[in-house]
Amino acid sequence: MKRVVITGAGTVNALGLTVPETFEAMREGRCGIRDLVFRDVEKLSIRIGGQVPNYPAEDDFSRKDTALFDRFTMFTIHAAREAVAQSGLVFDGELAEKSGVILGTAGGGATTWDDSYYEVYHQDKNRVHPFVIPKLMPSAAASHVSIAHSLQGPSFTVSTACASSNHAMSQAFQMVRSGMAPVMLTGGSESMLCYGGVKSWEGLRVMSRDGCRPFSANRNGMVQGEGAGVFVFEEMEHAKQRGAEILAEVIGFAMSSDASDIVMPSQQGAVRAMTGTLRDARINPEDVGYINAHGTGTAVNDKTECAAIADAFGSHADKLMVSSTKSMHGHLIGGTGAVELLACIMALKDGVVAPTVGYDQPDPDCPLDVVPNVAREAQVEVAMSNAFSFGGLNAVIALRRA
Amino acid sequence: MDVKSTVIAIIAKQAVRSPDAVLMTNTLDDLGIDSLGLVESIFSIEEEFDIQVPFNANDPADSDFDISNVGSIIAGIEKLVADQNA
Repeated sequence: MKRVVITGAGTVNALGLTVPETFEAMREGRCGIRDLVFRDVEKLSIRIGGQVPNYPAEDDFSRKDTALFDRFTMFTIHAAREAVAQSGLVFDGELAEKSGVILGTAGGGATTWDDSYYEVYHQDKNRVHPFVIPKLMPSAAASHVSIAHSLQGPSFTVSTACASSNHAMSQAFQMVRSGMAPVMLTGGSESMLCYGGVKSWEGLRVMSRDGCRPFSANRNGMVQGEGAGVFVFEEMEHAKQRGAEILAEVIGFAMSSDASDIVMPSQQGAVRAMTGTLRDARINPEDVGYINAHGTGTAVNDKTECAAIADAFGSHADKLMVSSTKSMHGHLIGGTGAVELLACIMALKDGVVAPTVGYDQPDPDCPLDVVPNVAREAQVEVAMSNAFSFGGLNAVIALRRA
Repeated sequence: MDVKSTVIAIIAKQAVRSPDAVLMTNTLDDLGIDSLGLVESIFSIEEEFDIQVPFNANDPADSDFDISNVGSIIAGIEKLVADQNA
């Protein structure tokens, strides 16, 4: 089996338009959740989110491209450019033929669906823009990234609700580890912050009107976010031979299915995904220093996740740092695991653990070290990132310090 | 139909039983209505009366709406409908 390293990272999210901007916000414990701005927002009861403020689409893309790209695709291409630039890779010849891109998204081109329905149902228009289908298809972002970087190998999109990005990165990891591809671009993206996107979430009555406070006794729900995270997963010898900077090593992953309920999480499903990751990475619970939790800020998730961590890690659970950065960038749904992997990289590479902001009151049901409100300096050898989706599809990934 | 019978009809439909078999003292648990069933029932009630029910599935206890049994739900809805007509 090959070893797999990360040689590039890119993002756009409510905290910043780049990885350095995002790291800075996470270090400072800055919250990117604010009043939403879009058509008809005043008709919603939930009006906050981790929206990317003033995204400069016109700087990133030509007019021709903006007509063809949904916002989730723009976010992905933006993040992929940063990741590939950092890696220093140029894809041509055999490398281009073998390398690919696997991305996660839950909603795909949700804004394009919303705008087009608005036009035909509300404005009584008789036709929609000719590019509606290639804009909204959930695989559009993977296609455009492959086109932009000439990635001709295995490329597709994974959709497993809130675990989409972690499942996508797990697949990319497997392909590089098995020797199938020397390099894979991977991560995910989401852009559901439009009237229909938020309205649909309102229906479930699990959203907070005033903020995301994971693990805090006064938490009252999740807050949506948007953006993308993209990484370059590269075979370690390939990276070393060309003298690339290694951000972290990907050492293991596991997936599990609760097989129980379409919205309620199961502790055992989460435990199996975490212990499976430890086994896959051939490490002991004590080796893990930081977990970027799923930590949605709903009553049920946080309680169940804390119990699962205690179960999977035993007495070491009390020594672990566990934080939820959703408190700062919101829940990016299908893109969330990708942006949250950044917090793991920051912990390993810079020795700074991102905090759980908005933490007001300890909850006896969440008795872990949640790194409340202020980032912490610590040397972390192994970091783990959890994603547990609606419908019980779980995916956990582990990284080691390079 | 008055508010009470309409709410009972909605709850009965969710519980897959006849309205006569829904008692004011029944809890949602008694009726086999889980959290998704409850959210769906509240949606039907809101649609029926054109009201907003202040219910947060994260923390039902903290909501300004008592769901401890069928009687309390009906009382809550009757108040919301009366407030709306006031």
